[in-house]
Amino acid sequence: MAEIKSAPLKERPLSPHLQIYKPMLTMIMSIVHRITGGALYFGILLLVWWLLAAAAGPNAYATVQWFMETVIGRLILFGYTWALIHHALGGIRHLIWDLGYGFEANEREWLTIATLVGSIGLTIVLWLVGYLVMGGMR
Amino acid sequence: MTERGPKSIVTPLRRVRHLGAAHSGTRHFWHQRLTSVANIPLTILLVLIVVGLLGRNHAAVVQILGSTPVAIVMLLFIITSVYHMWLGMQVIIEDYVHDEMLKVVALMGNTFFSFATGLAAVFAILKLSFGL
Repeated sequence: MAEIKSAPLKERPLSPHLQIYKPMLTMIMSIVHRITGGALYFGILLLVWWLLAAAAGPNAYATVQWFMETVIGRLILFGYTWALIHHALGGIRHLIWDLGYGFEANEREWLTIATLVGSIGLTIVLWLVGYLVMGGMR
Repeated sequence: MTERGPKSIVTPLRRVRHLGAAHSGTRHFWHQRLTSVANIPLTILLVLIVVGLLGRNHAAVVQILGSTPVAIVMLLFIITSVYHMWLGMQVIIEDYVHDEMLKVVALMGNTFFSFATGLAAVFAILKLSFGL
């Protein structure tokens, strides 16, 4: 207690930030989880636009369909799908951790790789289904 | 940790409320998890609905989106997702925005954005359902 009294305002060491650590897959995936969350936050505007256009009428809906057909629209939609699935799988990973499982080094690595491979794989499968089974996105 | 000895300055009432330094207990954490669990099946259903609708014309989209089961799933997805993203963005703001004034503005903006997008989506779904 005496130390606190005798030490006035002084430059105190700060906890190290991200750049001091060696980048690891688990760490990068943790960051990506937050980034995809932030992207989905604004990405919901896409869903709202689609719903409002459908409610507004055929002309407004045609505009949305036209935009989704452009290269930029497709890329945004593809990215949105991947972000949604990646965030969902990452969330399941966090729920597993919340329950107290999967904290061993090999388990962490496995969960991380499963999230990444799963999100990319599922996104591709989904788009293939969209194109082949559902008759494509005209 | 709350001091529990006889000399604790924490009042018994404060302790029994379990609210801690943030004055909100674990509600934020719990609701983030609650909505995340709800979003697992709802996200799968949303993706199936969207993929199934992409190739169809406006009339078909209106009919399917306005049907009772699809509309209910869409409403559930919107409500849980908007609440989830509201909580999530609050954490991001609290982590990175240190200026007190800017933080309050950002937190307000987060609330406005979440409510506005959520309400707009709900309105659209109801309009499709009731055919107004």
